Amino acid sequence: MSDHDTSRGKGTAVRAPAAVKRQLPPALDAQLPEVPRDEQTTELLRELVAHLRAQRTQLREEWLRRIVEAHLLTAMSREEIYAEATSIYDQYVEALEAGAFEALQAYAQNLSERIIPRGVETNEVVGIVLLLRDVLARALFIKYHSNLDKLNDILDAYEPAANRIAITVSVGFVQERERVIRAQQEAIRELSTPVLQVRERLLILPIIGLIDPHRARQITEQLLVAIRSNRARVVVIDITGVPVMDTNVANHLVQTVEASRLLGATVIVTGLSPDIAQTLVNIGVDLGKMNTVGDLQGGIEEAEHILGYKVMPMMGEAAES
Amino acid sequence: MEVPILKQGNYLIASIQSALSDSDLAQLRDALVERVGRSRSKGVIIDLTALDILDSFATRTLRDTAHMIRLRGAETVIVGMQPEVAFTMVQLGLSLPEIATALDLEEGLAYLGRKTRNKDKGRVRGGPVEP
Amino acid sequence: MSLDRHSRSLKISIESDSDLLAARQEARAIAFELGFTLTAVVGIVTALSEMTRNMLLYAGRGELLIESVRDGDRNGILITARDDGPGIPDVQKAMMDGYSTSGGLGMGLPGIKRLMDSFEIRTGPEKGTTVIVRKWLETH
Repeated sequence: MSDHDTSRGKGTAVRAPAAVKRQLPPALDAQLPEVPRDEQTTELLRELVAHLRAQRTQLREEWLRRIVEAHLLTAMSREEIYAEATSIYDQYVEALEAGAFEALQAYAQNLSERIIPRGVETNEVVGIVLLLRDVLARALFIKYHSNLDKLNDILDAYEPAANRIAITVSVGFVQERERVIRAQQEAIRELSTPVLQVRERLLILPIIGLIDPHRARQITEQLLVAIRSNRARVVVIDITGVPVMDTNVANHLVQTVEASRLLGATVIVTGLSPDIAQTLVNIGVDLGKMNTVGDLQGGIEEAEHILGYKVMPMMGEAAES
Repeated sequence: MEVPILKQGNYLIASIQSALSDSDLAQLRDALVERVGRSRSKGVIIDLTALDILDSFATRTLRDTAHMIRLRGAETVIVGMQPEVAFTMVQLGLSLPEIATALDLEEGLAYLGRKTRNKDKGRVRGGPVEP
Repeated sequence: MSLDRHSRSLKISIESDSDLLAARQEARAIAFELGFTLTAVVGIVTALSEMTRNMLLYAGRGELLIESVRDGDRNGILITARDDGPGIPDVQKAMMDGYSTSGGLGMGLPGIKRLMDSFEIRTGPEKGTTVIVRKWLETH
């Protein structure tokens, strides 16, 4: 096998390089209003953060209490919630002080990767972040209630930062969920169009279901890579399970046949109903050029014939007749 | 950049490297045609394993090459096309209908072997029986 | 932003066969850098090759611009091929003449369009020709 084959792995669909899979969405930061951090704001934040750190244990307890009371994170055990809460609290406070939202976004993505498989939902994540914001705000009220001017200044510094944190974490979670869903859809798509090797040099591709242009391209790409890695000389494409054959699908089919030929493989199309055959003729496909056989079984026999297999009688059967 | 052409028995093998300019391709065409004539080869294998893209010019040139080689009595086989290149070609609407294709060098040689054997059989039909 | 997405922009003057080759290499490198799959890269470079060929053939020379581009939260590549040549007199017809399998009449504009996600052409008799194509990264 050449280097080329190894780099492509098992011969499934070609993917984007792994390095870009975990990309954070561009310009999330740019979409949020810039919070001007003048010296006064920075000083105030430093002051309130010091207080939130000093009160860490109590405030975290309070937050956990509220989480349980609100019936959030029910999929997780108390120990697990405690562990995550500890790190979220610290990250939150860190983000308040340093304003490093990139770090927070990365943290949020990490957190999401951990808790999504546990079944945590979006409303829960948004809920707990807002609860923390509230718990911390209350703590600030308590500390500065005797000086309303100071309290106002403190809140002026706290609120924009806290809101930005809430948005960053929530959006990060949602995006990770969307990524997971897309990956799952992709996996389903691939599973629904397996390329099967049944004999040496012979591949079978049963296509089932509706084919949109994206799926069609994917099927073709997967097949071509499989032809190469399995060194297939014949491919049987069965379209019995394709309910609708329109111009687009027909064109994709023709393209797949032509591209397979460029890799030295002969394609036999099976499962063509008379209706579909008519559609193909109507759009100008020269069926004479396409190797078609009525059903899958016949297609496989034709393929074996092309490959030079002889059909031998089974042992014990030969004696009959 | 010259494409190396190897002789293997009755056949010529040309392995294309990745980045060929138009003039490199034209040069290859001329060199192959000349060599086929000179060495009376029966078949030519053009190995596209390292070819990065196949655009309209490259396609036309390959087609012309195969045509001219056939005029000199030899068969051309294209091998090693990358899946991505094949896919792009058919999207572009290009194909190489008159040229034989095979997966790789091994398959290409097997194909030429079958083809030239049949040709020889054809010639002796009606003639003296081979020992 | 945590992941640097270099914004890329490369202008290439096209006057000869070797410029075409260089342009293909550059486009290939940029497309990979932007994160396109191998299949997409081959499609992009092939489309660029055809666009550049047309410039050389019909105008003798021209200019290529290869840029990274963003639209909302999708990223992609933008390629512009501009020449001051005689222009295309009948664009409608040009868009119909694809490659036939016997092939290769016409400029292959439909083919270029098929390879890319978006395709624009501005041209007119004696007005030169500009072809603009884009391809977007798949978000999954």
